[in-house]
Amino acid sequence: MAEIKLENIHKRYDNAEDDAVTDFNLEVEDNEFIVFVGPSGCGKSTTLRMIAGLEEITEGDLYIDDDVVNDVAPKDRDIAMVFQNYALYPHMTVFDNMAFGLKLRKMPKNEIKERVDHAAEMLGLTDLLDRKPAALSGGQRQRVALGRAVVRSPKVFLMDEPLSNLDAKLRVHMRTEIAKLHEKLETTMIYVTHDQTEAMTLADRIVIMEAGVIQQVGSPFEVYNSPNNAFVASFIGSPAMNLNEVTYRDGRITGNGIDLVVSAPSKKALDNQGYEGKTIIFGIRPEDIHTEQIALDASPETVVESTITVAELTGAESILYLDVDGTEIIAVVDARDYHETGSKLEVAFNMNKAHFFDKETEHVIR
Amino acid sequence: MFKEPTNKSKVFIHITLIIGAIAMITPFIWMILTSGKTQAESTMIPPQIFPENFQWENYKNVWGALPFIKFYWNTGVMIAGRVLFSTLFSAMAAFAVAKLEFPGKNIFFMLVLTQMMIPAQIFITPQYLLVQNMGLLNTTTALIIPGIVSAFGTFLLRQFFLQLPDDMMEAAKVDGASIGEIFFKIYLPLARSGLVSLGIFTALFAYKDLMWPLIANISQDKMSLSAGITTLQGQFTTNYPELMAGSVISIAPMVILYIIFQKQFIEGIASTGGK
Repeated sequence: MAEIKLENIHKRYDNAEDDAVTDFNLEVEDNEFIVFVGPSGCGKSTTLRMIAGLEEITEGDLYIDDDVVNDVAPKDRDIAMVFQNYALYPHMTVFDNMAFGLKLRKMPKNEIKERVDHAAEMLGLTDLLDRKPAALSGGQRQRVALGRAVVRSPKVFLMDEPLSNLDAKLRVHMRTEIAKLHEKLETTMIYVTHDQTEAMTLADRIVIMEAGVIQQVGSPFEVYNSPNNAFVASFIGSPAMNLNEVTYRDGRITGNGIDLVVSAPSKKALDNQGYEGKTIIFGIRPEDIHTEQIALDASPETVVESTITVAELTGAESILYLDVDGTEIIAVVDARDYHETGSKLEVAFNMNKAHFFDKETEHVIR
Repeated sequence: MFKEPTNKSKVFIHITLIIGAIAMITPFIWMILTSGKTQAESTMIPPQIFPENFQWENYKNVWGALPFIKFYWNTGVMIAGRVLFSTLFSAMAAFAVAKLEFPGKNIFFMLVLTQMMIPAQIFITPQYLLVQNMGLLNTTTALIIPGIVSAFGTFLLRQFFLQLPDDMMEAAKVDGASIGEIFFKIYLPLARSGLVSLGIFTALFAYKDLMWPLIANISQDKMSLSAGITTLQGQFTTNYPELMAGSVISIAPMVILYIIFQKQFIEGIASTGGK
């Protein structure tokens, strides 16, 4: 149970010209599940490793509870970490792997056994305690790595892409396990991933990073529905949000095959901030493009003619790659209607869900 | 796909191996045969292959002439000391070079490598002077001292440590282990096969080391087997059968050890590409 505060944290590696992490500020509340997400090399793992004490902090202060811990050794920070490659000790049994940290802390043997047994039961490892890591499957190894962290009852759990080495099905399963674990343990967790689905499903709050800079911090709902900038808009959500440059004039956006009337609140924001006649970025999520007749009838001013270039049926939904006068627009629609590649299709844009970004700064206009 | 050798190439391979085996084993057989000959038989030209009567007294004589029990003991202490210290110190240095960051690391490792390129004989004089200054000449400790660190061992074990992932170290750090605990409890046990190989090499080199024991210790009861045997070699005449009998006695423990640890010997040599 702990609060963590990162204050103006910078990281610059030796011989590097630029910061790997720039001016990182975040307050993590007690018991919160925070997910750092971003593309490879965005500094999310580096930040996690600074919290763990495995990387030095170049500048800024890191607090765990009320203490600055910049110069505190990892072992004295009362944290536990789960690594991408599990980092189990191959010559030790599952039991010894989990007990290692406790033995080092000179805990009495019976208490060690009690804790390991308890964690093993929680993670379904009871029958595997005598095995060595080599005799375990990927999912089991992952659970041992979690168990090693659980037995320590640390203040903070750090996880560095813990699921990325598992196959897709197991990943979904373990994701649920981790969510359950968080509920049971009631501990602060910081989790790093490049998978936005993991971030969306697990997090209380998501920290989206790019090039060492925080792009947005917010609940999954916030970052999905109100992205701060074009990067967040395109990174969160799959398939990604459609982003196209258009020109705004008289409450209409035109360009790239698009000619649409914007909603009243958007018009107000765009007018107030002086975007009349300027080029802006227009964003619309694939699921906010509709093909149902009722949607077409309801707002004829947002209907656009398109040609289907590719139709991907995923089961309940179809992902349509549409050609709108030379611009590719992706739409996710109900799969009950059959969509044939090459055929013409009228689609309606739900302009109440449209996002607009400044062309230069890529900041949201709202 | 691996191709099964054809019959023709099988025959060729076997002939080559047999010639190799004969070349390696003939001196040993010759040694055993000579150890049973009389002095006259051993120096006959053309050579006589088999002794007329196997002269067991050669063994009796040589055993009586030299303090073999002392030799065995001294050699045993030398091997044990060198194996223990050189594997431990080499492993420590290798771990530091492979897994830790410290200023001057590359220069340090370069120096270690450079040492491997210099002939060992060059070190004899400074080593002698060092041991002399320590007042340890003519002791069993003197036999051990030059072998307590090994550049080769550092190099060999560094390769083993480099193969082991770094994240175990980080996991252990978070688990609360000090560098010493990380080394002794995690990385050292995982380098076991490397340690065994190095131990075997060190034992072999210590066993057949002649120059240093000969120089460092002059009293017979402080000599190793290899040095002790040479005292049978006279300046003007040498009793070859007795010298060979002494040699048989001196290699016997090594042969027995080899038979016991055959698997590790072969694995050690195969895994390091040494010879």
